[in-house]
Amino acid sequence: MGPLVVNEIISENSNLLLAFFIGIGFGFVLEQGGFSSSRKLAGVFYGYDTVVLKVFFTGAITAMLGLLFFSLFGWVDLSLVYVNETYLWSSIVGGIIMGAGFIMGGYCPGTSFCGAAIGKIDAYIFIIGLFIGVLIFGEAFSLFEPLFMANFIGSPRISEFFGISEGITVFIVIIAAVMMFWAGEWAEKKFPREKY
Amino acid sequence: MNTVKDPKYMNPYLAGVLLGLVVLAANFVSGRGLGASGAVKSVIVAGVETIAPKHAESSAFYNNFNKSHGGNPLNSWLVYQMLGVIVGGFLSGVISKRLTWKVEHNPKIQSKTRLMFALAGGILFGLGSQLGRGCTSGSALSGMAVLSLGGFISMAAIFGTAFMLAYFFRKLWI
Repeated sequence: MGPLVVNEIISENSNLLLAFFIGIGFGFVLEQGGFSSSRKLAGVFYGYDTVVLKVFFTGAITAMLGLLFFSLFGWVDLSLVYVNETYLWSSIVGGIIMGAGFIMGGYCPGTSFCGAAIGKIDAYIFIIGLFIGVLIFGEAFSLFEPLFMANFIGSPRISEFFGISEGITVFIVIIAAVMMFWAGEWAEKKFPREKY
Repeated sequence: MNTVKDPKYMNPYLAGVLLGLVVLAANFVSGRGLGASGAVKSVIVAGVETIAPKHAESSAFYNNFNKSHGGNPLNSWLVYQMLGVIVGGFLSGVISKRLTWKVEHNPKIQSKTRLMFALAGGILFGLGSQLGRGCTSGSALSGMAVLSLGGFISMAAIFGTAFMLAYFFRKLWI
């Protein structure tokens, strides 16, 4: 059955329309969760508000489990679902640059649009930065290209990479997430802050 | 406490489950995850092609994009999804009465400082998302959902770096 567009159950145009509605759900949930506030987002790095940790990892394990169940029920063919390509070095270095951007800017790209949607001026400035950053990469692409293309290892799933089943992998991630939730709840009590 | 003036945010675990269901829906419908930085890239590619078509033709970055996408760069899944994000965020803000123009910052710093760092952070995030082939949404969250090794690496690198640098930027936030 799924993915619907890959199996041509819905047309390309319906796919783009549904992308808009999926985006509404995405933006709505992010804002309801508090991801439109940079001070809430940055809280995870100081322990005073770990909403990022809770929402992000609950989201990740829900989606993982959901896909596993959908595959089990025959509702989605996992071999037709896009798995991100892994270029080892660009993934690590890109992630490090993004991490620095996160702690300085207080947003990531998705959340900045969410903040802008409710009027956060700092989010608009962050978005202007995003455009400048992408443009810099585009203009200096030849400079980045060797790093961008280095160490391509295909599109491995972490389960394949470690040679364990998908079910066990998800189980381990769930255990890790629950331990982090526990640490997050502890941190919020340990590093409380006045209302902000 | 003052629930009228300050409507509370959703329980984070409930919000997480709903977020996961949105990622699941994207995979079920479109066979792909969510994203954000990809839409910014589409706008940049479209902009450069319009303003400087010759320059775009001679540059590998813009050509690679067209080879893998084709057609108008703005007519892409992520662009429609990001338009939805803006609408969805706005609706949530209306419902929860959070619509206000403001520069949100730690009262211990000036709003000018906050805006300078927001710009610098945005530039770094934009650049990093291109190098890392996706941001927190596209690479980390959606990648992890399909158990992509790259997704886990992005997540660890982004959050790990932010944690390690947190001490140096603490005056911005605490």
